[in-house]
Amino acid sequence: MAMLEIKGIRKTFGDLEVLKDISFRVEKGDVISVLGPSGSGKTTLLRCMNFLETADEGTIIFDGEEFKLNGISKADQARIRRKTGFVFQNYNLFLNKTALENVTLGLTAGRKIPKEQAEKKGLAMLERVGMLDRATYYPNQLSGGQQQRVAIARALAADPEIIYFDEPTSALDPELIGEVLNVMRDLANEGMTMVVVTHEMGFARNVSSRVVLMENGVIVEENSAKEFFENPKEERTKEFLRLKKEERE
Amino acid sequence: MISSDTWTLLAESFWKILLPGLKMTIPLTVLSFGLALVISILVALIQFANVPVLKQISRFYIWIIRGTPLLVQLYVVFFGLPSVGVMIEAFPAAVLVLGINEGAYCAETMRSALEAVPSGQMEAGYCCGLNYVQIMRHVVLPQAFRTAVPPLFNSLISMVKNTSLAANITVVEMFMATQRIVGRTYRAMPLYLEVAFIYLIFSTVLTWLQRYFEKRLNAYGGLR
Repeated sequence: MAMLEIKGIRKTFGDLEVLKDISFRVEKGDVISVLGPSGSGKTTLLRCMNFLETADEGTIIFDGEEFKLNGISKADQARIRRKTGFVFQNYNLFLNKTALENVTLGLTAGRKIPKEQAEKKGLAMLERVGMLDRATYYPNQLSGGQQQRVAIARALAADPEIIYFDEPTSALDPELIGEVLNVMRDLANEGMTMVVVTHEMGFARNVSSRVVLMENGVIVEENSAKEFFENPKEERTKEFLRLKKEERE
Repeated sequence: MISSDTWTLLAESFWKILLPGLKMTIPLTVLSFGLALVISILVALIQFANVPVLKQISRFYIWIIRGTPLLVQLYVVFFGLPSVGVMIEAFPAAVLVLGINEGAYCAETMRSALEAVPSGQMEAGYCCGLNYVQIMRHVVLPQAFRTAVPPLFNSLISMVKNTSLAANITVVEMFMATQRIVGRTYRAMPLYLEVAFIYLIFSTVLTWLQRYFEKRLNAYGGLR
């Protein structure tokens, strides 16, 4: 049984149909890279999966429980979100909280875990992403890469079954991308289930197990990472890979 | 130059003006502003959370209060309400009117401060498993307060001076105390300048307080 499955997601913004009947499944331990040109619907898909946007149609099956995406109750949303982590493009760290407080707030306020226990956990998570020495810093005292690593620690603190990454390196200066990708690679190697919307072809190729290519609100190709890059099925995938290669050269 | 009897007058009247300032103007300001803050937070949160009906009531309240003069509002409550059987003593009437009046202005300050908090903060809160109330309490409101401090102090400082209008409904605060001394001595110029000076001292202390607050809230390196 898949750990997570989504079926028939549709989403429109006004006249614009952003997602057109998208379905796919995630198995435990999968690292799925979602690729595609800007405006293809990747981010909207991820946001619908965590209820940050309400899809017009579609269902989500999480741990065997099925919910309609446009009818799920707030309580069920919260319950599923507690099993997931979300890493934003712009980090979205709580600006009035230190790095450590950012990691522990969901535990202390959200889950009523005693402060001492939460801090122990928080410090361990910060150490995991190499940010222990910045525990008392506020977000605006940290670089983009450091903020994103704290955001990953925050997502990890809740022991999620899956973490969604929404273009986690797109807002970073080129020299800061590596530190974030390294943390993500470590997570993948530890067996964390991840869905990563990204433009980082290296990550998609070397770290992820599967790749999904989206364009104009539909999935063009879904394949194992190896097959996707070495032996793509679709003409459109070949063109996409060729364009990406030209970009790099 | 200032003659010696003017100095004597100023010295003798100083305490007679300052004392009602300490006993009336300051309590009036503190109580009214406390009331204004409570009202403004409620009204701002209602609008921010888009609560139907209550939101329309909030807009109506702000429309009426901001659209009519404070002095007229004082007269309606103190001189008008008794004719429909509602008698309120001068001091509580002044607290009520000043609080309700300033509450409307502060509500708009608070609303804009709430709306200035990036929407990503709310989304991140949800993704951490917090509910709406928890996000407001731990994340959004603290950040909004930081933004609201300078305009709220604006309101507080103007309220200190607006308390002088309470003289019109028989509250013996600093300004009325001064008027009484002028009535006896016919020395309008030095005495009104003196009371102006005391208002200035009060406002100056508040300006220092504002700086202190901003510094403290800036402990987290300034929000942006």
